[in-house]
Amino acid sequence: MRWLAEVHVSLRPGIADPEGQTIGSALRSLGYETVAEVRSGKLLRIAFEAGGSSDAEATVAEMCRRLLANPVMETARWELRADEQQDAEEAVPS
Amino acid sequence: MTVVAHRPRIAVAVFPGTWSERDFIHVASEVLGWDPYPVWHLEERIGDCDAVVLPGGFAHGDHLRTGAIARFSPLMRAVEDFAEAGGPVIGSCNGFQVLTEAGMLPGALLRNDHLEFRCDWQWLRVEHPESAPAWLGDLSDGDSIRLPISHGEGRYVADAETLDGLEAGGRVVLRYADAGGAVSDEANPNGSERGIAGIVNAAGNVLGLMPHPERAAEPEVGGTDGLRLFRSLERWLQGRPAAAERRL
Repeated sequence: MRWLAEVHVSLRPGIADPEGQTIGSALRSLGYETVAEVRSGKLLRIAFEAGGSSDAEATVAEMCRRLLANPVMETARWELRADEQQDAEEAVPS
Repeated sequence: MTVVAHRPRIAVAVFPGTWSERDFIHVASEVLGWDPYPVWHLEERIGDCDAVVLPGGFAHGDHLRTGAIARFSPLMRAVEDFAEAGGPVIGSCNGFQVLTEAGMLPGALLRNDHLEFRCDWQWLRVEHPESAPAWLGDLSDGDSIRLPISHGEGRYVADAETLDGLEAGGRVVLRYADAGGAVSDEANPNGSERGIAGIVNAAGNVLGLMPHPERAAEPEVGGTDGLRLFRSLERWLQGRPAAAERRL
């Protein structure tokens, strides 16, 4: 079964994020004076095959632990869903 | 026992995107008369060497995080084994980033606080050289040395407990300083915690530093302080019969 994970990697709270700060000051200079803080991060969209949802969940957790986020300075969270569109495409013979 | 002097054999790791390996090899062979050789990252063996260099550059394009992908190269397992056995390893710039990603040194290196790539000469204060005898044995506590830096992601970060532990253990061996040896925010080129430019592992054989000693080894390029690290290694190797005995 095909799964789609959207993994969000961001710097841990308390770790300075100069990129986010710079984007924040750019927003304020455009007139968005109410912008209090911007934190930057990465979005990784991962399509992969796995069995059931607990399998898929465990696989994403392992990917994050082993490669996608460095626990020294980053945290990862993710949304996981069955890639129904892909499954449907594969089910229809062309 | 006869100690036979031999030319130090230095393995220089090369990842896709490494750019300082030729400078290390040039200095080792042309300036010092050593016997350096490059090793591609897909190799599973590091070869019969006296020390390993992880040079600067942008291994794997710095994608995901600096050093994050390089650490999984087959060669890194051999480097880890070499280090575990006490072999001297130096990681400069991107090499330092690889060492932290591999967990061979604590902490991480993040984007410079001002977001600029910084390429400049930088004064450094040497601390606790005895903690890294293979690499800093010829230097003294409080020495000022001047080396080039060239990085966009050199801001050393670790949690307070790790930083305290590093300092208490004498494992912070290089700090960004001014010409007089004073460590300050003004002298810090990237926002590193506590001005940290270089650290060593607990065993004392794995050194990571953001500056480039290989770019300061000939007067023609503006300075020779980098040679002091290489001379330290040479002397350390000479004083280690086991290294020489292997070649009898």
